[in-house]
Amino acid sequence: MKPAAQTGKVSLAFQEPVYIQSAASIVGKKEGEGPLRDCFDMVSEDPRFGTDTWENAESTLQKETAVLAIGKAGLKPSDIRMAFAGDLLAQTIASSFGIADMGIPFYGLYGACSTIGESLSLGAMSVAAGYGAHILCATSSHFATAEKEFRFPLGYGNQRPLSATWTVTGSGACVLGNNPPVPENTENASPLRHENGCVAVTALTTGTVVDFGFRDSMNMGGCMAPAACDTICRHLTDFDRKPSDYDAIITGDLGVVGQRILFDLLREKGLSISSIHHDCGLLIFDNKSQDTHSGGSGCGCAASVLAAFILPRIVTGQWKRVLFVPTGAMLSKVSFNEGESVPGIAHGIVLEHIQLS
Amino acid sequence: MPSEQQIKKQKKYEQYVKSITPSHSLPVNMLKAFITGGLICLFGQWILNTAQTMGADRETAGNWCSLILIFLSVLLTGLNLYSKIGKFGGAGGLVPITGFANSVASSAIEFQAEGQIFGIGCKIFTIAGPVILYGILSSWLLGIVYYILKLMEVIG
Repeated sequence: MKPAAQTGKVSLAFQEPVYIQSAASIVGKKEGEGPLRDCFDMVSEDPRFGTDTWENAESTLQKETAVLAIGKAGLKPSDIRMAFAGDLLAQTIASSFGIADMGIPFYGLYGACSTIGESLSLGAMSVAAGYGAHILCATSSHFATAEKEFRFPLGYGNQRPLSATWTVTGSGACVLGNNPPVPENTENASPLRHENGCVAVTALTTGTVVDFGFRDSMNMGGCMAPAACDTICRHLTDFDRKPSDYDAIITGDLGVVGQRILFDLLREKGLSISSIHHDCGLLIFDNKSQDTHSGGSGCGCAASVLAAFILPRIVTGQWKRVLFVPTGAMLSKVSFNEGESVPGIAHGIVLEHIQLS
Repeated sequence: MPSEQQIKKQKKYEQYVKSITPSHSLPVNMLKAFITGGLICLFGQWILNTAQTMGADRETAGNWCSLILIFLSVLLTGLNLYSKIGKFGGAGGLVPITGFANSVASSAIEFQAEGQIFGIGCKIFTIAGPVILYGILSSWLLGIVYYILKLMEVIG
């Protein structure tokens, strides 16, 4: 493969497409009751995923999703050259314990809720550089582990502000490679190939940590929207494109509040994306009936929506070019208690429909 | 250090976010807290009165009242029902003794997986700890004030 070309200040354009050979998503019960209920590969009724601790539950969730994605690509875990995986827990234990059993060379990542963006970026770079024919990218989040890590015990009776988001119990995984997915009507056919259509990562815009000095960790949308705005603007500048060059621009988990801020910030810069914008956090839950306040969030939110909702639409050609912008809020309990602000980060990934001849 | 201009920009952004962020209605929340907290206290008073009619003295009746309220709160926490009361009632579910019991019991359940010592032992008071520490500290301060006032013969 030809290596990627540096484009503009912070972007990469792949000379040859990096194919998404397969994708899988597994979610919890609440997500399985949401608007995307029919899109996920699997919905688990058991929030503990058959284990006895929440952390093991998330590890199992991520591992099962990874196994599913590898299987859908017609591969075995031993075919995977390396894995880029992450989650929200301290020292990313859900990923390390999840992937540990599989014997795949492993890089653990932390990018808060934007981790799937980080994982896809590094995975695509590795494929383009010729470092592996099959690379696994996976992330997960679990409501119970995230509440424990960042907020209160589950049984504690408190009120959540309306700006708060609901951490998605879910995981998404993709296998990237330099060959197109296995065609239909053959053994091990990949669902990510429809007639001769498939999905590829064609460009990246790496996010910068953007700090507006905002401190409210219960309003993640307010923390992350400036980063999403920054990445979208840099991306459009680097490639000299307009929002209309995309069929959809999809952010990670800005929620109701963050979406409004993103629109306002972009309007200040003379850009309007409201007609083509989607937010994974708003797609996965029906905020009104599911009482999820501002929307869904977490590493598993953008990842599971990508696998379940976004990629199938690109494969069929309904969307030709999509800018996927997973967003993350960079904080820990310590930084928050020490009065630090909550900066955001957003990575831009261009996903395109490729029609093979 | 951020410059003055930056701080100004941050303040402006904060105000803007605040202006577009929906929030719970304060009067509705206050009403819910009043009803929830009121009902819990009414129930406590009923226990107190019943215990007294059954022949307990004031102090023993008070002990029964605390004991039963704490027991019920812990039981409801274990059944995952107290969090629903807290979500509805806000401070009305938080301030009475039942809220305190909930914060202790919920921590114990949450951290049980981390072991008896480092899990339950170290983390059971993560939420209730500050209440205990500053509760004792303020009663100690008030004790000093009381002592001085007594020495000055302001109070008997």
